[in-house]
Amino acid sequence: MTDMKNIMNKNNSVGVVETQSFTFAGTGAELELECGDTLGPITLTYETYGTLNADKSNAILALHALSGDAHAAGVHRDQEDTGWWDDMIGPGKAFDTDRYFIVCSNVIGGCKGSTGPSSINPATGKPHASDFPFITIGDMVHAQRHLIDFFGIDRLLCVAGGSMGGMQVLQWVASYPERVRSAIPIATALKHSPQQIAFNEVVRQSIMSDPDWREGNYYEYGQPEKGLSVARMIGHITFMSDQSMEEKFSRRLKNGRFSFNFDPDFEVEGYLHYRGANFVKRFDANSYLYITKAIDYFDLSEGRLIPKGKNIDTRFLVISFKSDWLYPSYQSQEIVRALKVNCVDATYCELQSTYGHDAFLVEVEEQTTLIKHFLDKTFNGYMVVNNYGI
Amino acid sequence: MVSEDFRLDHDIIYSIIEPGSRVLDLGCGAGDLLYPLVRDKQVRAQGIELADKAIQECVKKGLSVFHGDIENSLREYPDNTFDYVILNQSMQEVRKVDCVIHEALRIGGKVIVGFPNFAYFKSRIMLFFYGRSPITKSLPYLWFDTPNVRFLSITDFKDFCGGKNIRIMEAHYLGEKDRMRFWPNLLALNAIFVLTKESNATK
Repeated sequence: MTDMKNIMNKNNSVGVVETQSFTFAGTGAELELECGDTLGPITLTYETYGTLNADKSNAILALHALSGDAHAAGVHRDQEDTGWWDDMIGPGKAFDTDRYFIVCSNVIGGCKGSTGPSSINPATGKPHASDFPFITIGDMVHAQRHLIDFFGIDRLLCVAGGSMGGMQVLQWVASYPERVRSAIPIATALKHSPQQIAFNEVVRQSIMSDPDWREGNYYEYGQPEKGLSVARMIGHITFMSDQSMEEKFSRRLKNGRFSFNFDPDFEVEGYLHYRGANFVKRFDANSYLYITKAIDYFDLSEGRLIPKGKNIDTRFLVISFKSDWLYPSYQSQEIVRALKVNCVDATYCELQSTYGHDAFLVEVEEQTTLIKHFLDKTFNGYMVVNNYGI
Repeated sequence: MVSEDFRLDHDIIYSIIEPGSRVLDLGCGAGDLLYPLVRDKQVRAQGIELADKAIQECVKKGLSVFHGDIENSLREYPDNTFDYVILNQSMQEVRKVDCVIHEALRIGGKVIVGFPNFAYFKSRIMLFFYGRSPITKSLPYLWFDTPNVRFLSITDFKDFCGGKNIRIMEAHYLGEKDRMRFWPNLLALNAIFVLTKESNATK
């Protein structure tokens, strides 16, 4: 318990939290998916931090990336790992839990308690496996809308997220503009480029070419560990930058000399193996396949983000990182161009970071300045301008 | 009201802009010009700025700003998106001045341009008598580290507008502390012009 207190004092943590779940779309009310299939009942896991105010005007929806989950901040009981955006969500932090009510929702298709290929199909009593329908970012967001309805929140103060989380942010605006007061898409894109699709296809082929994948029906036997681990290794290369890898590993050797065999000699190799091995313990291979496919299908370019001539009053804060070559700044600038065409109130900033795509998780200080003041302005309007020490 | 930070050019532009109008400030810096306009005149403001530190300052003031250079930032805006487009002390840093002014006049009803006058008498003295590149209060840089790429006089800019069918609606000339009324091309450090398309002016 004292340990827990230390964590709380040190990081302004939200403290001990619990993942909860919400089930909807039961018989007769199944969710219609973009692929034409229906899905139900659906369970979505989520966590909340802070307190919803009386008029429900202080709610923020935080959305995670490909391999994330509902655990965005704080710690689970008797565990040490903090949530994936713990640096950004908490008392006094960018998403200030003293002022705002933050909901982090998992996605359908995932494997962290929400309905996905590894969850039990009530009709058969077995995991859905490859019978799971193909889901899209749009489907994920429609499912989240049911969760927001469940809270009785008409209008979210903000929807925020990085990478695939940023795609969900954009999809929220495209699908439900009147329910989003402000949007913060970070290190993301209106659509995947051929290069991004290519990486995802290599990732998928790596899983599917592992004989242990068994066409997706591996749940009685165990994960296709080799394939999934290589898939994650590829991912980690794309999340870093040339410079951050140089700084982190350079050409340092694990054992000080070449082994003259095919064991990992360099520290960077060891790091990738470690990441891959860890990942297979916490993530389902089929979920990785389904979600990467959903990301590749996502496309809100050519007027699909905001239809031409449509007036929306959602405010935007778009953030990209100079060293991010997986989601390069030009993709964020495409979002900005779409906003300009529709005269949407928006701020865009490319931050100087060397961390590559990972920057949205680790570049805390500058993101905090931007997000904190942007939210303040959205929540308090021109009050904030009047209060700015002049 | 007059503080150490008082800037005559900001004061003049502030008084030009009508309350409640839509304003785009090209090269808005830390938002020192836009901020009072939003605070007092309920202006709907958007800035464009290249320096990321300055963008952070703008966001602290509650201003909306795009990170980018002026030349590549105007194309997407529909015609007449803004009532005013401001190019204050940024035009001389732009390479394609012609294109930027043309685009600014397309997306804004009025364009406010503020620039340092290269023909200021002290510049002339430095060049003529000392044979040195001029350094003045409005052109304070050494030749090798100046961000400016265009050097123009008030007369040059008037000629430019005349040749491009641009109507000069207002002209303000600034000395070291006060406005200048006579011999501006000789005595003014800075000039501020309010421009519109000739076709708009006749309406």
